[in-house]
Amino acid sequence: MRRTPLQPMGGTLLRSKGNYCRGAPGMDLFFVILLEILYAIGSLILISAGLAVVFGMMKVINLAHGEFMMMGGYATITAVNLGVNIFIAMLIVAPIIVGLIGLIVERLVIRRLYGRLVDTMLATWGLSLFFVGLATMIFGNTTTGISTPIPGFSVGNYQISGYNFFIITVAFLLLAAMFLILKTTRAGLIARGAMQRADMAAALGYSPERIYMATFFCGSALSGLAGAVLAPLVGLVPTSGGAYIAKAFITVIAGGPSLIVGLLSSAGFFGAVNQVFTFAISPVFGEVALLVSAVVLLRAIPQGITSKFFRSKF
Amino acid sequence: MNGNFQKDVVATVIATALLIWLMPIFISTFTLTVLVVYGMLGLSLGLIWGFGGILCFGQAAFFGLGAYTYAIAAINIGESTVPMLLAILVPAVFAAMLGAMMFYGRLNDVYLGVITLVVTLILFKFINSTAGPQYTIGNARLGGFNGIPGFQTLNVPGRPDDYIWGDAYFYVCAVALAVVYLLVSALLRSSFGRIAVGIRENETRMSLMGYDVRARKTVLFTVGAAIAGLAGALFANWGEIVTPNLFSLGQSAEIIIWCIIGGLGTKFGPIFGAAGLAYLKFLLGQQSMIDNTLIMGLTLVLFVLFLPSGAVPTIAGLFKRVPWHRRSGHNIRARRLRRREA
Repeated sequence: MRRTPLQPMGGTLLRSKGNYCRGAPGMDLFFVILLEILYAIGSLILISAGLAVVFGMMKVINLAHGEFMMMGGYATITAVNLGVNIFIAMLIVAPIIVGLIGLIVERLVIRRLYGRLVDTMLATWGLSLFFVGLATMIFGNTTTGISTPIPGFSVGNYQISGYNFFIITVAFLLLAAMFLILKTTRAGLIARGAMQRADMAAALGYSPERIYMATFFCGSALSGLAGAVLAPLVGLVPTSGGAYIAKAFITVIAGGPSLIVGLLSSAGFFGAVNQVFTFAISPVFGEVALLVSAVVLLRAIPQGITSKFFRSKF
Repeated sequence: MNGNFQKDVVATVIATALLIWLMPIFISTFTLTVLVVYGMLGLSLGLIWGFGGILCFGQAAFFGLGAYTYAIAAINIGESTVPMLLAILVPAVFAAMLGAMMFYGRLNDVYLGVITLVVTLILFKFINSTAGPQYTIGNARLGGFNGIPGFQTLNVPGRPDDYIWGDAYFYVCAVALAVVYLLVSALLRSSFGRIAVGIRENETRMSLMGYDVRARKTVLFTVGAAIAGLAGALFANWGEIVTPNLFSLGQSAEIIIWCIIGGLGTKFGPIFGAAGLAYLKFLLGQQSMIDNTLIMGLTLVLFVLFLPSGAVPTIAGLFKRVPWHRRSGHNIRARRLRRREA
């Protein structure tokens, strides 16, 4: 497996539009920077949500997460080419297809490895290679893409992509929906219970097997959704997933034990670090700053941000 | 202990001699050289993961660092002896610092995985972005994603014009692998090695017995990185170009796969896994029916599910079970007797 260097994705997340005038004063620039930071946070949340659900509930690191996103992207593009409305393709078709793939994977592979963290990581790494190979055989090793459905607009001297707003909205709606489901519904209650004490949930008559199955379905569907929503921004190739996995992995681990608060806090932290350094120096430096801050953060609080700060049940 | 080590020496010398004489009949020495280099890289992770319990997701970082160090030093110095030594030293020092940071922070499992992965990514991203002419070390341009071509390749020490290449280079690599293998054997037979295995089995117990687990893990990690660095330098000499792909996650993944499939906790397993899979990949690369990433992935999944101990221990186990093997024949009889008694 060779992940080709500089996937389009890495570039798109940190798009430098070429007309940032560094140091130009005024509200415009402030607004643009704020928007870019929000966008970075939003896309980190999207990228990590699926992995966070699976890791938080089942303590399984799914290293095929990036490939699930890649498949979400391909599902969207295929559906759009077949004449489906792009929003339906992104928000409904892709999550369902990838969720079903996840379900099959859980039944065939993950189920046999519960409680063996390292083995699941290795098996899912194998799956990720498998899916890359499969996608290469089906779609070929070429770049495919669709255009963004929302037009851009300008603020002062700066051109802003309207699609960024869409991504930010989807990310925060997603968090809100997860919060409401966990807090108010019965399924959410059971999920939280199983997350804290799987044995007690089992003793109360809820089959952990089924809970895990449902969780993995939801997690995969979320990955599919993320891949689909980000698809119009990237040129999709079978190896696109590799660009996501490391960031998602870092965000989830650094988030710590609380699902939603952890996601929000670590995505907020990394997104801000990334964009600040991107503006101050360069996109590559922003990326490197993100990674370095991750190393420092994990060295200081290995159990994640929410093990020390913002403790919460969600 | 000493007697066993002598046995190791004899076995290794015979195996290396056979490798050098027989294998070139079947496979070209050019391909064999890279298989041997990969074997050494596999061994480096096999040592720290299989015997030290340190799962490093970034062994490729040390491999790449070794290769880059060699290339840069060779361009600046123009003779290959010092660059070879530097290629071992630089990754080792880097690993010692990284290891000290991680192990003295008592990081384990997933966290260790994340950090090594992230460090590999940082190196990859950094090297990849150094295409501009302002990134130079001495006379060497880093070249970004284009890599560094055209450096001085291996020569006879002290004589910069006597290049070692072709068949001779294969012999050098094979002997280097044998020497590294013996050093690893000696290390594992020493008290340091046995304590490392103890730490793998139960860290708390070993630290309660008074061993400084953190320092020992750091040292083992450093040794692994030094071996990976040497493999990197040999690879650079073979390929005559170094590119950022050496640092890539794909490369790291491959090393882990070699170890899993070859068999953890053995010295020969990772070497066998590396050479075997690399050759398989080479063969698969010649057909276009099935994508070879797909086969690699499927193999890894199947091994994790059904053969988690890996190929070499499984095959060795088979041999122990056949009746004509003296000692195990006895074992089987003993087991049968025991079963009858129960």
